[in-house]
Amino acid sequence: MVKLLSRLRWQYRTFLHDRRQLAVASVALSLAVVQPSHAQDASAAQASAADTRRLEIVAPFDIKGADPLLSGILFQRMQIVETLVEVDATGELQPGLATDWEVSDDGLEWRFTLRSGVQFHDGSQLDAEVARQVLEIASAKPGLLKSVPVERIVAEDAQTLVIALSEPFAALPAYLADYRQQILAPAAFDETGTAQQVIGTGPYRMLRMTPPLSLEVTAFEDYWGPQPEVRQARYQAVSRAEGRALIAESGDADFTYGLDPASRQRLSQSPRVTLAAAATPRTMLLKVNANHPAFQDPAVRRALSLAIDRTAIAQVVLRYPRGASQLFPPMVEGWHDPALPELHQDVAKARALLDAAGWKVAEDGIRHKDGQRLAISLITFSDRPELPLVATVLERQFHAIGIQTRLDITNFSAIPAGHHDGSLDMALFARNLAMVPDPIGNVLSDYAGTPEAPGGDWGAMGWFDADFTAELERMAREGYGPTPAGQDPRAQASGVIQRALPVIPIAWYYQNLAISNRLQSAQVDPWERSFGLSELRWAQ
Amino acid sequence: MNLPSRLLQLLMVVLMVGGASYLMMQSLPGDAAWRIAAGRYGYDALDAAAAASVRAELGLEAQGGLHFLYWLGDILRLELGTSLISGESVWVEIRHQLGNSLSLAGAALGISLLIGPPLGLLAGLRAGGWLDRSLLAVCSLLRATPQFLLALVLILLISVEMGLLPAAGHGEPQHFILPAMTLALGLAAVSARLVRDAMAAVTQTAFHDFARWKGLSNAQTFWRHGLRHVALPLVTYLGLQFVTLVEGVVVIESIFGWPGIGHALVHAIFSRDVPMVQGTALVLGVGFVLINLLVDLLGRQLDPRGVK
Repeated sequence: MVKLLSRLRWQYRTFLHDRRQLAVASVALSLAVVQPSHAQDASAAQASAADTRRLEIVAPFDIKGADPLLSGILFQRMQIVETLVEVDATGELQPGLATDWEVSDDGLEWRFTLRSGVQFHDGSQLDAEVARQVLEIASAKPGLLKSVPVERIVAEDAQTLVIALSEPFAALPAYLADYRQQILAPAAFDETGTAQQVIGTGPYRMLRMTPPLSLEVTAFEDYWGPQPEVRQARYQAVSRAEGRALIAESGDADFTYGLDPASRQRLSQSPRVTLAAAATPRTMLLKVNANHPAFQDPAVRRALSLAIDRTAIAQVVLRYPRGASQLFPPMVEGWHDPALPELHQDVAKARALLDAAGWKVAEDGIRHKDGQRLAISLITFSDRPELPLVATVLERQFHAIGIQTRLDITNFSAIPAGHHDGSLDMALFARNLAMVPDPIGNVLSDYAGTPEAPGGDWGAMGWFDADFTAELERMAREGYGPTPAGQDPRAQASGVIQRALPVIPIAWYYQNLAISNRLQSAQVDPWERSFGLSELRWAQ
Repeated sequence: MNLPSRLLQLLMVVLMVGGASYLMMQSLPGDAAWRIAAGRYGYDALDAAAAASVRAELGLEAQGGLHFLYWLGDILRLELGTSLISGESVWVEIRHQLGNSLSLAGAALGISLLIGPPLGLLAGLRAGGWLDRSLLAVCSLLRATPQFLLALVLILLISVEMGLLPAAGHGEPQHFILPAMTLALGLAAVSARLVRDAMAAVTQTAFHDFARWKGLSNAQTFWRHGLRHVALPLVTYLGLQFVTLVEGVVVIESIFGWPGIGHALVHAIFSRDVPMVQGTALVLGVGFVLINLLVDLLGRQLDPRGVK
């Protein structure tokens, strides 16, 4: 009983927190309306009759629509769609719908050989012309492909797709592995280039899609690869973390993604599920406006970093073993440099740095310089519930070195918007460092820029290093061959970020999930590209 | 009550709800293009290019009252526009999500009618008896318990501990039971008290005593002289209760992962999906007027006194 009450207490607390949001919507009432579904494909009966077990997946991501830009990442995770290039667990590129690719000596012409005998879920065939059309549509929309210097895309013959560039770009294959470059059948698109249906080539095809909360898939009999053992699966979006945990605990979900620390602890006692965790290329970081009179001094940014107790944040708030010692987690090989001196806490040194920079503590305990008080705002958002908690801890830790922080918990779009209008002081968020499996895409968009518009929406602000930018652009063109001094240029780039601290890394993320005992075992894809349905085995 | 005045009322509701929700959406802080892009693409993919493409696509620069006039024109043609986030027609979205909310509310109302009024009747017939007193205690407790708490107690007991029903979800009939029960218990608590008071009042009246004196059985007395008196406050209450019910449905939706209108409206407000917010508010507003009309008509049927 006491256990029940204590559970109720923390769940009620989280509820009160969200109650305000709900109150906005509790307006009103009703008309008698029938209940249709956005049914997309009703031919449910075709599913394999041999195995009627259905895998249940629960995760926080809402389904917004059929277009790759809206919910394409989910269709990729459900293995309904595929990309030309795939990635393995270590981050190495692997053949996908393209079996092979090569680049001309001048680095300007990429030639992709497409897999033969690939059928879409509507029965049409994949060929180079189809791939060309789909990539043209994707490159007209916002996304990373826009930053690639593509000159033209040509279907040379049925199996050969040629992408011609205006300048070399070594990371092109990695960009083609991005979910936004998923290959749908041309019939999926309307005349404006917006997908209205999800017609992919993956081992599962869409049976029913009911936005915003659920979709169902069934194994695709004519898949080009091996047939999966799990024949049916349903995805359900549940936005509240404690709701997901309760579903897992009651045994209604086989795969439950996105567990909060408290639920994880509780579920570890449950006989129905096994917990799994995998490092993922996502880092919680503090974006700092280097145009701010205080933060333009690298020593002040260093002082901020020294004020943060990363271990306490990781262990107490996130329940991870340790905090981030640099921007890239160890799983991002090459970019993570084990030789870099670790970011750590040293409050005395932080105070000394601020004193030396001329920011002196006044009577109110806050530092001043030239009549300016060191009071700043810190923006974060609650879509990831751990962010406001960590922001509160940071507020205290910055106060300890004489910096007053005002928290502003708002919509996440305030961060890139504040970057562009220059109003942002600091922002706390979780950044996926490998939207494209090759982090160069993110590093370029977040930390390069131009002298006039330095940095990127989710990266540096007001910080520009011409040599660093030139080196990143060289790496994007030529790849990661060792420098004249025999070093890995990626590790060197990480070193530049570590020394200048345009952003302050706080913690590396893990994906946390609960797997039901109905399943034999499950692999967790560190790149967050797949739920791994086709690899799963039932326990009996 | 005359039909033209009701129609006028309906028209006023449409104009006021549409205008108010439009103005409220316009006065929200933050740049609409950023918010819409955020709603569409999520935080990993949101950047200035995405916001700029939304701005260009929707013509957000040409704002002013013009959009409201367009919206009014669309309303005349029974068009609610398309969602700025999903690109789906607002009608389709509302039908789908309001349908889910209504079916849940209907199930809750049904269950509450099975529990509340019968208990209230029994308690009212013997006012002051043990059933009456214990019912008062249980009803007060249920009414004082927030629905959120009640929902969690039910999930923890019935799903997690006993494993009888799914904890949350949507799509199968068994998914109805827990959320509907949660809503129904709160509703039943009040309707039981209401019916009990009405019944107790009826048993005090001269016409009730007379009916008994002339030899009618308890059941006959109730059927001929009690039911109508009890039904009148119940119908009025249930009509009003729809409001509470939908408020409850919003909270319940979030706990049980129910894809209802509350979920849709919260998301639409966060991501500045103006057509979706206006459309939803409009449909809900019109719904209110119709429900009130229905309650009035039923009340007239039940108590025709004073009608010429």
